Amino acid sequence: MIRDRIVRKRHLSERPSLPAAQASVVVEALAANHHDPTRLLVVLQDIQHRLGYLPHDAVHPIAIGLGLSRAEVHGVISFYHDLRTEPAGRHILKVCQAESCQATGGRALTQHIEDVVGCNLGQTTADGAITLEAVYCLGLCAASPAVMIDERPIARVTTARIDRVIDDARTAS
Amino acid sequence: MTARVFVPCDALSVALGADEVAARLVAETAARSLDVTVVRNGSRGLFWLEPMIEVDVGGMRHAYGPVEADDIPSLIDAGLLDAGAHRTNLGPTDQIPELERQTRLTFARVGVIDPRSLDDYLAHGGFDGLRRALAMSPSDVVDEVEASGLRGRGGAAFPTGIKWRTVLGAPASPKYVVANADEGDSGTFADRMVMEGDPFCLIEAMAIAAHAVGATHGVIYCRSEYPHSIATLEHCIGVARQYGWLGTSIAGSVLEFDIEVRVGAGAYICGEETSMLESIEGRRGMVRPKPPLPALEGLYGKPTVVNNIITLASVPWILAHGGAAYSGHGVGRSAGTLPVQLAGNIRRGGLVEVPFGITVRELIEDFGGGTASGRPARAVQIGGPLGAYFHNDQLDTVLDYEAIAAAGGLLGHGGVVVFDDTVDMAVQARFAMEFCAVESCGKCTPCRVGSTRGVELIDKIVLGEQRSANIAQLEDLCEVLEHGSLCALGGLTPYPVRSALQHFPEDFGQRNQQDEHDAQENI
Repeated sequence: MIRDRIVRKRHLSERPSLPAAQASVVVEALAANHHDPTRLLVVLQDIQHRLGYLPHDAVHPIAIGLGLSRAEVHGVISFYHDLRTEPAGRHILKVCQAESCQATGGRALTQHIEDVVGCNLGQTTADGAITLEAVYCLGLCAASPAVMIDERPIARVTTARIDRVIDDARTAS
Repeated sequence: MTARVFVPCDALSVALGADEVAARLVAETAARSLDVTVVRNGSRGLFWLEPMIEVDVGGMRHAYGPVEADDIPSLIDAGLLDAGAHRTNLGPTDQIPELERQTRLTFARVGVIDPRSLDDYLAHGGFDGLRRALAMSPSDVVDEVEASGLRGRGGAAFPTGIKWRTVLGAPASPKYVVANADEGDSGTFADRMVMEGDPFCLIEAMAIAAHAVGATHGVIYCRSEYPHSIATLEHCIGVARQYGWLGTSIAGSVLEFDIEVRVGAGAYICGEETSMLESIEGRRGMVRPKPPLPALEGLYGKPTVVNNIITLASVPWILAHGGAAYSGHGVGRSAGTLPVQLAGNIRRGGLVEVPFGITVRELIEDFGGGTASGRPARAVQIGGPLGAYFHNDQLDTVLDYEAIAAAGGLLGHGGVVVFDDTVDMAVQARFAMEFCAVESCGKCTPCRVGSTRGVELIDKIVLGEQRSANIAQLEDLCEVLEHGSLCALGGLTPYPVRSALQHFPEDFGQRNQQDEHDAQENI
């Protein structure tokens, strides 16, 4: 009873301003995971999969829905590299920074990619086409260097090859 | 009769163009009205030959590779379906030297079968191990695993049988089986190849473990960087449920067991078992102090088997053929085979499953064919980002747990990353510290703070700022990290750093006047 009251009070005082379409995604993700707090990471992954990111105002309804504090939800979001609180570009290009790719020119490839798209790892291009991300190993190490664009892996990457991939990503919707 | 042509579907083959090859093959054979079934198999692990396609002629597989989509018309013209001569013809697959010289126990089916086909799995000895296990008492199953001498292939090399016996003897319930598929080490991909090439083997192994310890629920924690693995696992778990290999009364026995796939979220630390358990429970992947051991208080505080994918994938073979047959391979306390992964600057990169006891040189030169760049190899990192760098004059070190440890390294998950002579080892040492700083969960101070201090110290050393004093400080810091960290991330980061410093001091700035002065002071 007391817990219910506290939850309701907090709910009234905060009034999250999540747009209706996003709010329904949150509600569905919570229901699909049976409001089980041990499935917080799955809930967050579900929401990000559908919305592309985790809006700040979603933290509150997720916390309420799982019976967790906002700090616990925020803590998980901030811990995992995959989870993002800002929308990404239309395509996500993950560039491997780990040893096997370092041994095969990965550092120079990364520099080339940053120069060509005009932003650094962790940033999105001005036209919103591509978000560059660092990744530590894609498991494609027998044919390094490797990148992954959206969920498409590309190995033994050359500058000519990556230029075509970037061109395609920029022109595709 | 329908001809069968195999085109691998694993992520690396796809990354090298296998999907385009398969699509072209389907289109081209249809246009010529040829009766051909294109089977998507796993990869044999000969990645310099991928996409490597195979054709079944009278029960024998013949290989062609590397094949590009544009090669398909000429391949068919050359009589691909009858193993005709072609520029890319490699002859019978089993006679490719790099494959013929391997001892494939764990990887016996990988690359051979269609990973999504239960029929194919059953036709190649699938579920023989589980059937035999179900006819035995749980304790006898554990005995068999103990007799095999199998040790954890994730890196810690802990005897699997002892771990299972601890869980079997734990009174609490329910119990869990967790498969660690958070294969984050650079230069490793064996887990991925199993999940994408022989996923039913992992399902069978987890069911055997469940029977052995009395578990009812299993979790495969797979890293998000492996979307192909996740899709294959999800599919095959569904098939296994449908045909009674998961769920209630498995294979007509009283065994009740099911598996759920959980996807990681890009945190390297979640490959550490306690951090992984935290992540599965929906929290930040913060490392738990041990004890309590996960075997006694693991997932949700209950007894839990946590095993690496390769460890588990070795179990069905052991149960089907007997522990003694497995321990007949290998040397000393390193029993059985090790799936080695050749990566980095290597001409013939891929998966090499061999009995323990091969030297690093044989692997890199005989199997790997030297560097891809053609330049001399200078350093080899064994065991992932937390493994030591070996100098090229240490290449005669034998690959087994004890010999690698004696040489100041660790075998880890069996990844071997080759660097040629253009590598700057100070940059590599700095990266090891930087990686630790990026991936530290932050729970213990040596790892959280020490890693950042390590980066700063290496920068100063390279710049020649109080070089000898800072080297002494770096060595001191490494000692603190090694002995004061909660888990292997902080505890092992000193390995690549110290080995780089020890074997390649010439890369760490120049000795200067200050050094000479300090050296004199020390006398």
